[in-house]
Amino acid sequence: MITRRQFVKNGVAAFTVSFAAPAFVSDLARAQGASSRNLVLLALAGGNDGLSTLVPYNDPFYYSRRPTLGIPAGTVLQVGSDGSGKALGLHPRLTGLHNIFNSGKLALIQRVGYQNSSRSHFTGTDIWSVGEPPASQGSGWLGRYLSTLGPLDPLAAWTTTGDTPHSMLASGVGVAAISNTTTFAFQSPNSGTEAALERTTANAIASHVPVDVSHLSFVASTVQGAMATLDRVASVGTYQPSVTYPNNGLGQALRMVAGAMSKGIGTKVFFVQTGGFDTHASQDTNGTNGAYYRLMATLDDGLSAFYNDLRNTGLINDTLVLTFSEFGRRITENGSRGTDHGAASLMLAMGGLVHGGLYGTSPDLNPNGNPTLENSSGDVTFETDFRSAYARVIDNWLGGDSTSILGGNFKKASLTFV
Amino acid sequence: MADDSVAHLLRRAGFGASSDDLAIFDRLSYNQAVDRLLNYDTIPDDVDSKLGQAGFIGTTSNGPFSPNTVIGDARQRWLFRMIHTNRPLQEKMTLFWHNYFATGYTKVAGAGQQDGTRMMAAKAVEDPKGQRGQIEMLRANALGTLNNLLNLIATDPAMLIWLDGNTNTKNNPQENFGRELMELFSRGVGYYTEQDVYAAARVFTGWNLHVDRGSGDGDNAYSFIYNANLHETSAKTFSFPIYGDGSTTIPARSASAGMQDGLDLINALSTHPETARRVAQKLYDFFVSESVPADPNFLNQIVQVYLQNGTNIKPVLQTIFTSPYFTDPSVYFSRYSWPAEFVVRSIKETGWTGFSAGSTLTPLVNMGQQLFEPPDVAGWDLGQNWFSTGKMLARMNFASTLASNQKFRLGTAMAPARSSAQGVLDLMLSRYAAMNESGMRDDLLAYISTGTWSGSDAQLQTRASGLAHLIVGSAEYQFV
Repeated sequence: MITRRQFVKNGVAAFTVSFAAPAFVSDLARAQGASSRNLVLLALAGGNDGLSTLVPYNDPFYYSRRPTLGIPAGTVLQVGSDGSGKALGLHPRLTGLHNIFNSGKLALIQRVGYQNSSRSHFTGTDIWSVGEPPASQGSGWLGRYLSTLGPLDPLAAWTTTGDTPHSMLASGVGVAAISNTTTFAFQSPNSGTEAALERTTANAIASHVPVDVSHLSFVASTVQGAMATLDRVASVGTYQPSVTYPNNGLGQALRMVAGAMSKGIGTKVFFVQTGGFDTHASQDTNGTNGAYYRLMATLDDGLSAFYNDLRNTGLINDTLVLTFSEFGRRITENGSRGTDHGAASLMLAMGGLVHGGLYGTSPDLNPNGNPTLENSSGDVTFETDFRSAYARVIDNWLGGDSTSILGGNFKKASLTFV
Repeated sequence: MADDSVAHLLRRAGFGASSDDLAIFDRLSYNQAVDRLLNYDTIPDDVDSKLGQAGFIGTTSNGPFSPNTVIGDARQRWLFRMIHTNRPLQEKMTLFWHNYFATGYTKVAGAGQQDGTRMMAAKAVEDPKGQRGQIEMLRANALGTLNNLLNLIATDPAMLIWLDGNTNTKNNPQENFGRELMELFSRGVGYYTEQDVYAAARVFTGWNLHVDRGSGDGDNAYSFIYNANLHETSAKTFSFPIYGDGSTTIPARSASAGMQDGLDLINALSTHPETARRVAQKLYDFFVSESVPADPNFLNQIVQVYLQNGTNIKPVLQTIFTSPYFTDPSVYFSRYSWPAEFVVRSIKETGWTGFSAGSTLTPLVNMGQQLFEPPDVAGWDLGQNWFSTGKMLARMNFASTLASNQKFRLGTAMAPARSSAQGVLDLMLSRYAAMNESGMRDDLLAYISTGTWSGSDAQLQTRASGLAHLIVGSAEYQFV
């Protein structure tokens, strides 16, 4: 196993100052006709209750174990039955995603996780990010992927959150943390021609790159990289989407991602996050103003707008959205009409080239001991290792080598969502 | 301006020099400056009493300033100390140890946000339960022995949560702390085995966290407890010597005496030559150079001083600061500044009146160093890793924010030189310490000479703030 520190030593930070068409796309991906494939990793922070996102509405134990949180069979948006014969339906608020599912562009991957799932938000997120359970430290799986691409454009990886997400961390991989394109700009204490004069001067200072002072040259190259990036990021701010995005954090982040794709600024991997899934109390899955109902509204409205926008602009076939959450939730609702930290949960994959449908099987919620449950039948046990989903994305979408990036062969033949 | 070697010393052993600092250090020879920095115990520790007073940097809070219970305020208090302390080496070593024993607030705050802040940063005298935060412990022992620091960190409440010592019991040994103790806090990767990790985990079984519940978050008291009944009592054998006679086995002990296991292990680890070399290398990288490999003889000298002085750090630093390797001008401005160093020095050199430490918090996140939130137990990625386009832009834009805030004051300060553009440039440059390898001065002269020079108040403010922005935001300024 490669440690983070070894990574630091091996991966010398590299920069390309000017933007050239990046060699992001593997031969495999090129052969498949892709020119500028993107991955959008969407974190559902807090631990999403997969059983409320995708409801086993014919399982009597689902209703007996969730007397107040069970979603009535009559309201779910039916998506058919999985390989185990379980009838399933999406949460009633997911009307947009239901349409995308019906058009075959949404994959629902059930029971994804890993052995001895951590119940810690902190550790769980780290484990999902590192991709080497039970390790919670070290480089992130997307960071390792990006580091295989050679010299990286400064905008190759873009997180719409303030901090670099652990999944993108790797030595030598610069991640553009841009939550707002208007603040990713050359600022000045002055305005107008004086500000322009400062910008010109800053460029002039950075243009002196003494070859015999390598540390100064290196930092000067980051100044040059930033200056060369500003206009591309600013162009994203001018994006006019074809649909109206919801005026919330997720909606506006996805609008920015669509803008970056539309302007062709060269970003390969985006990270987007939406929170609030830690529904310990008053989860209220059914009331239209209920906590979980509103989470589903945020998710559905944001992803639908994004999907429709990219479909309209012809970019949907270059786009793959993959969701993850640090854990699912306990099967039996708690005394506060909520659910506590659990284990395996649901992943969504959405995009123009996604092979939509149901993947994996739903758990049997009968508490009298069955292999789909664990922890005295309190938790959903995993069926698909999350690294198998990563492997599919790395190999079949990004054109990378999952075996080296994930430190082992986690390919799963039945997992053909992309 | 202080002597070049003293200025270098202040950048490395402190956070650079404000005009206040220069007034003190200008009078001192190099060796006197080293003595003053090292023997800070003789200088009153009164910096926190200046919080909120005129003439010092301000703070920004939601509600009353609460540095013992609100992490953002704790960050501001620490930055305030870095800017205004008369004991700069103490703060510098506190930052060093914070990275060395890297502990992250977010996980500790699982106990509650106020309690998490208290365990990280509370001053015991200001805390209703006398809770002492980890950073206060590190500060109090900044120049002490590594042996003592290891004992304190092994029993530190924040560390017991951070590396899961609170769950380490004989029926369920938890390896996290034992592993990092050897990998990061002492011997280093490659100098211990997986069997050593299992043994170390068992050594620390029962080293747990005790919580005296109060009325809720902010009122609980957290302390180390040795739970004898949760300690695994059998013998533990390591791949390296534990005792002076070369014995590698910690003997089986009764549960009631079992806490001695951990003390024996820490005592052994702190005095191992492998640990000494690792500490020496870290201090060399931090204080002397990241890029020029240490002369093996010099490193060996540091190792010997460490071992011969009972793991005491103070004589080690004395050795480093007075060595020709440290004072060699070729190492000036050769280390990549940490974001906290950059921010603090730029404030000390540009000015702070009317500025708030709160205005540094988001920029520091964007530069990649949020205090009390290292990325993991290995600490921050240093050196080149502090720099990327986004992180550098964050530094440039912080320079703009600071220059914008100090615009009026900078203009006023330049008034004595207003008769010529070049005079203003020279006066501005005299405030700042930065390498000048690349003709930056010519570019700045071209900048300030653009257009007609009037020397008006408005022009002084515009161009002085522009210069501050350009200097602090230059590549040349990013080194200490």
